[in-house]
Amino acid sequence: MLTIKNLHVKLEDEDKQILKGVDLTVEAGRVHAIMGPNGSGKSTLSYVLSGRDGYTVTDGSATLEGEDLLAMEAEERAAAGLFLAFQYPVEIPGVGNMTFLRTALNAQRKTRGEDEISAGDFLKLVREKAKALKIDADMLKRPVNVGFSGGEKKRNEILQMAMLEPKMCILDETDSGLDVDAMKLVADGVNALRDSGRGFLVITHYQRLLDHIAPDVVHIMADGRIVKTGGPELALEVEKNGYADILAEVA
Amino acid sequence: MAVAQTKLDLTETRISALAMPQSKGWAQTARAEALARLRAMGLPARRDEYWRYTDPSSLTQAAAPRAALHVDDEAPIFGEIDRLRIVFVDGVFDPAQSDDLALTHVTIERLSDVMAKDLHWAREHYGVLEAAGQSPVARPLAALNTAFASDGVVIRATGIVEKPISLVYLHNDSASDAMVHHVVRVESGASLTLLENGPAAARFNNVTEISLADDGDFHHIRTQGRDHERRAATHIFARLGARSQYKSFTLTGNGVLTRNEHVITLSGDDASAHVAGAALGDGAQGAFHHDDTVFITHDAERCESRQVFKKVLRNGAVGVFQGKILVKPGAQKTDGYQISQSLLLDEDSVFLAKPELEIYADDVSCSHGSTTGAIDETALFYLRARGVPRDVATDLLVLAFIDEAIAEIADERLSADIRNRLELWLGRRRQG
Ligand SMILES: Nc1ncnc2c1ncn2[C@@H]1O[C@H](COP(=O)(O)OP(=O)(O)O)[C@@H](O)[C@H]1O
Ligand SMILES: [Mg+2]
Repeated sequence: MLTIKNLHVKLEDEDKQILKGVDLTVEAGRVHAIMGPNGSGKSTLSYVLSGRDGYTVTDGSATLEGEDLLAMEAEERAAAGLFLAFQYPVEIPGVGNMTFLRTALNAQRKTRGEDEISAGDFLKLVREKAKALKIDADMLKRPVNVGFSGGEKKRNEILQMAMLEPKMCILDETDSGLDVDAMKLVADGVNALRDSGRGFLVITHYQRLLDHIAPDVVHIMADGRIVKTGGPELALEVEKNGYADILAEVA
Repeated sequence: MAVAQTKLDLTETRISALAMPQSKGWAQTARAEALARLRAMGLPARRDEYWRYTDPSSLTQAAAPRAALHVDDEAPIFGEIDRLRIVFVDGVFDPAQSDDLALTHVTIERLSDVMAKDLHWAREHYGVLEAAGQSPVARPLAALNTAFASDGVVIRATGIVEKPISLVYLHNDSASDAMVHHVVRVESGASLTLLENGPAAARFNNVTEISLADDGDFHHIRTQGRDHERRAATHIFARLGARSQYKSFTLTGNGVLTRNEHVITLSGDDASAHVAGAALGDGAQGAFHHDDTVFITHDAERCESRQVFKKVLRNGAVGVFQGKILVKPGAQKTDGYQISQSLLLDEDSVFLAKPELEIYADDVSCSHGSTTGAIDETALFYLRARGVPRDVATDLLVLAFIDEAIAEIADERLSADIRNRLELWLGRRRQG
């Protein structure tokens, strides 16, 4: 599904190398987790994959189902099936959440050469998905993320993911700022989307979320590289001993 | 201060190119007095403080610069709204294209008919509100209009008028120079909505004097565009009685030069005035210069005023905002608010703002703010990451930016009409 090879990334405006050779393959139907200390480059990886400006790829490649992601505009990557649940979802005053969802869904369909969804079908779909995430009508009407609590913002990300049905989902610290109940809702939302055709890359600082979204593979990222890869037990090890041991071991 | 000779010359040249419509009695007096006012102040020139950001020369020169006719292939604006249409072609009332001027709770008369009468209520208003609005800042183009206006309507609402009165300005002559003057009176407890749209003329000078009696209610929604070469100077002079409500919104899309002045006096306690505007300018389709000049005077207690102006500028377009709140002695508990913001879509465009507060009462709450900014890149990326193409995402953010001004329109059918029009314009420009 997602294949990253030897990815080197620096800041566009600064001579600062952030990713220093990332290799990673996420297969369809599998959940990979990336853990790592703050500042190790996890968010940068997610931004570079989704096409944010401000970064320069100096080496390596990233493909989605064989297609060169790095050659596409951000919106083309989304239409191709890539989705990033943001660590810090963006507030957009003046744009209603519903308008946002409908515009996004129809834009992706249009790019793929499909028909727009009818107003009726869209409404039905949103209501159904929103209900599962306990997102009420008021939250759907309000401007995108404006005045939402941390938990509401994260649930709104999952709602977008559920509506857009991407092939490859990247979740960047979706657990941060969530209480136990919200975490459960988010995890249920993610688990409902798990299927054999879809890949997940779950970025998290803590093991907590992985109790609810069981990963197949766990990677440890440090200083711009994947330094260790293992099974779910690797997350438990981090939980118990922190990163220090692992980092010392690979140093 | 004596008026400079060059200004006097400019003024006389302009006047000599015009013919004052034949009037008698009070109307003749009103015109003659306006002409005297004009001569005493002279037409505006670039050096004038009030015209620092906008060059008035094409508005004051004797002949109107030509403006190519705009072929409008869009569905008419306000087309779906049940309204009473009054059509002007190059500033001349056209009865054939207009609806019958009959509607309950309102009388509508042609200015020339009113001026021919010995006695008419409009006598207390025509040129009177304009004259009052000449101080403390001179507005010579409005005096010029009072003296020479050749057409217009005089409207008096005596109850709740159930459908809007819609002034439609058609443009048929690429050299037309139109001066139109309207008078509106809303009586106590009455309510009226006035719509205006259309290119009007190559050069359009429009004055509207509006008087709201106590408990009167007036809504004004206007669109200017999409004719690229039009020049317009409009003045609205409004006087608000106690507990009356005034709400105005203007949408401007394109036009070489537009100067919209609002001069509003809250003269009865507990009155409220909201003035809003949104302008979209693209310098690539010809020059774009848009100037909103607003002067709100609080002269009674517990009045509220609100100014919300938004401009979206690209390709060298220029936006100007001059907005003043004057709170007179004794106008206690005044609540005044003013915001002017521009969204610059490139580095060639310019926004010039001069917000002013002048307060002579001690128990008031007034605030103003002005901002200039670019598109929010973070929001843009968020939208793109959800699959929305850059140009569509930009337009969504443009609409969001403008929405605070559109939200000032009370009638949802009308605000929906304006929003749809904006989306249409933005969509057209995306498709090139
Ligand atoms: N736009 C940027 N400007 C400056 N520094 C940046 C920028 N983006 C990332 N960095 C730096 O790159 C490193 C990795 O950051 P990030 O990818 O956010 O890490 P993580 O998500 O693992 O905490 C940090 O040192 C961070 O300060
Ligand atoms: Mg991060």
